[in-house]
Amino acid sequence: MYEYLMSHSPEPQVSGWGNLPGPGREVRAEDLTQVWDAPLFRGLARSYGDSSLPPPSRPVVVSTVLADRVLKFDESTGILRAECGLSLAELNRAFLPRGFFTPVTPGTQFVTLGGMVAADVHGKNHHVEGCFGQHVTRLKMRVGSGQVLECGPDLEPELFWATVGGMGLTGHILEVEFQMARIPSPWIWMESERVPDVDTYVRKLKEAAPEWPMTVGWIDCLSTGKNMGRGILMKGRWAHPAQAPQHFPRPLPNLVFPFTAPQFLLGRQTVQAFNFGYYWKHFRKKHERIVDPFSFFYPLDFVRDWNRAYGPRGFTQYQCVLPESAGEGAARRFLEVLTRRGGASFLCVIKDCGPQGKGLLSFPMKGMSIALDIAVRDNTQALIDDLNAFVIAEKGRMYLAKDAFTRKEDFEKMEPRLAEFQRVRQKWDPTFKFKSAQSIRLLGDPP
Amino acid sequence: MKAAVLGGTRGMGRALARRMVERGDWVTVLGRDGEELSRSVADLSARATPGTQVHSAVCDLEKTAQFGPALEAADHAMGGLDVVVVTAAVFATQDKLEDDAALTQKLLTVDFANTIVFCEEARKKLLGKGKGTLCVFSSVAGDRGRKPVVLYGAAKAGLSHYLEGLDHKFRQQGLKTVCVKPGFVRTGMTDGLKAPPFAGEPDEVAAVVLQAIDEGTPVVYVPPIWRLVMTAIKALPRFAMRRVGF
Ligand SMILES: Cc1cc2nc3c(=O)[nH]c(=O)nc-3n(C[C@H](O)[C@H](O)[C@H](O)COP(=O)(O)OP(=O)(O)OC[C@H]3O[C@@H](n4cnc5c(N)ncnc54)[C@H](O)[C@@H]3O)c2cc1C
Ligand SMILES: NC(=O)c1ccc[n+]([C@@H]2O[C@H](COP(=O)([O-])OP(=O)(O)OC[C@H]3O[C@@H](n4cnc5c(N)ncnc54)[C@H](OP(=O)(O)O)[C@@H]3O)[C@@H](O)[C@H]2O)c1
Repeated sequence: MYEYLMSHSPEPQVSGWGNLPGPGREVRAEDLTQVWDAPLFRGLARSYGDSSLPPPSRPVVVSTVLADRVLKFDESTGILRAECGLSLAELNRAFLPRGFFTPVTPGTQFVTLGGMVAADVHGKNHHVEGCFGQHVTRLKMRVGSGQVLECGPDLEPELFWATVGGMGLTGHILEVEFQMARIPSPWIWMESERVPDVDTYVRKLKEAAPEWPMTVGWIDCLSTGKNMGRGILMKGRWAHPAQAPQHFPRPLPNLVFPFTAPQFLLGRQTVQAFNFGYYWKHFRKKHERIVDPFSFFYPLDFVRDWNRAYGPRGFTQYQCVLPESAGEGAARRFLEVLTRRGGASFLCVIKDCGPQGKGLLSFPMKGMSIALDIAVRDNTQALIDDLNAFVIAEKGRMYLAKDAFTRKEDFEKMEPRLAEFQRVRQKWDPTFKFKSAQSIRLLGDPP
Repeated sequence: MKAAVLGGTRGMGRALARRMVERGDWVTVLGRDGEELSRSVADLSARATPGTQVHSAVCDLEKTAQFGPALEAADHAMGGLDVVVVTAAVFATQDKLEDDAALTQKLLTVDFANTIVFCEEARKKLLGKGKGTLCVFSSVAGDRGRKPVVLYGAAKAGLSHYLEGLDHKFRQQGLKTVCVKPGFVRTGMTDGLKAPPFAGEPDEVAAVVLQAIDEGTPVVYVPPIWRLVMTAIKALPRFAMRRVGF
């Protein structure tokens, strides 16, 4: 056994959350100054596709998860500074009981601060708070020359806004300083409602925006015709102390998905049954209640390694944002493209997006975002191509943190900001020291 | 509780110190690098419940002259000391050690001789106060002589032996000894090694160890399943052990 313990794996491969492997090895380091020549850093590898995979020519990616110390916290201002590998799970464990929460959270707490900056993550409150980068006051990073420097919205702003959403391509983020949000209680007041079809869903989502700081919802993308896109819309806000229970919410139990699911479990029928169950589980049409923040923000974290449920071929998430100009029926038309290709998705999440931020490659723009989990099949490339064609026609874009299949030509059509990003990137890293499997695929970096 | 943690800057020591300050225990981190110590103090202070004190003192396991003063500094800073934890150690693969006599000497000195010299200082200090707990991280590698860990395992075996003797001799007098035997835990120490089944995370180990410290458990395997694994390995006859790779 120990031999097995001690040996390096023979053909090293790494993958992101979608379990689509590429060549490479992950090394963990507490002292990130020791690994200055790595082409790429990554956090907890919760990006789905190849954004956290190293270039095949230098197949090493540094995992930052051991560099996770809080360096400064000022209770009076809420400003926190930490090493880049600090996870949201740890942050929540330490600071939620004290009345502080991250200003923006993605749908899992198993992400690092570095990953949140590099993907400029958004949450259910995007229409109010924007992306995470908007709340960052300082980054300490190492740029192409090897120099370690600080940047922020008011200090080397060009570098800063290229790094926010820049998927690790501008340098190694070493420390992150940001503004925590003060919360009135550690509980969420939530209202959820069953919605009969996708058009109603989108209308209600937009109507909820001025009143609710957090909105999100799930729709069934298999039911067709009149029921197409029926779903559940959820709205929430931090509960007032008078509404909330006096005790601190119990963190979710942590179950582990024990094995990689066999292929036959992943068929259309399973998806249909899952969606049917999820919809009708919400028996009452409308439901108001106090919920704990873990099940509100992180319903999927309940089962660790749930990505194994997608079987040996792995899966991808397709997430795009459609601008307001696409109109109210855009979600329905998107779903029609999906169903035409026979696409099936366990989860289809539609979120409201506020105005575009300053991050040069930051994903959201004013409109709505649609996200689908898709098990990889023979026709997945064709499906993604179709969805991309639709998104390009509507002047939207896809999310790099999720992508594994988009073609370079399509990405260029979606991303008018690309030239500016590349200009800033080259200024700080003229020799393409920093790159990823994804930047080779989509930005045309030398392999 | 007032604890000094030698090795609290990284790995399982870092996780353990965090758990301590989160529940209100006072901690002095001991380590060899001033910059690392101050970053760890910042981390622990930010996580500590209000009123909890966090300090640091320099202590390098290669410099025996620092041991006494470091413990004294911890005692002085916190106004008391009732737990001393040692997680600090070095590790290297058997192949590397066989090729490098200087490294071998360093490992044996740090993990065995000097760790015990440090524990002797801690023993005197704690017994001088009437009671206390000494919690030291040894390893499952010390449970049986095995091919991949001949040298590291020898140091840890010696350490485990010492800790058992200490516990037998001084528990009556008020010194509880807790010998922690990690199996495989994902820290910087094991980076690059292929994780076996039952690999643990530092924080889950910390929770188990903290409870063992509270209860004064003499020997604790972490993750706990490793007790079973090692029982099986210890039961293997010699001729079988000679054949297998582990
Ligand atoms: C269940 C689930 C739900 C999600 N929900 C959302 C959501 O609601 N909103 C959203 O925006 N995203 C969401 N995501 C995506 C996720 O938030 C992002 O992919 C995030 O970047 C992951 O963080 P990480 O630490 O795992 O980073 P990784 O996946 O490890 O890395 C992501 C990118 O960041 C770069 N990077 C990471 N750390 C550093 C560093 N220190 N320096 C330089 N570059 C670095 C990597 O190179 C890579 O390009 C979700 C993911 C999952 C699995
Ligand atoms: N991880 C495992 O799987 C495993 C398995 C069996 C046993 N163990 C044992 O468990 C204990 C903790 O392991 P870990 O994985 O947490 O280790 P780690 O992450 O490598 O941390 C080791 C700690 O030891 C300190 N240290 C090293 N040399 C030192 C010296 N000369 N003087 C002072 N401090 C020194 C380091 O301080 P710096 O910050 O200054 O480097 C660091 O804080 C060790 O005794 C190890 O042998 C671990």
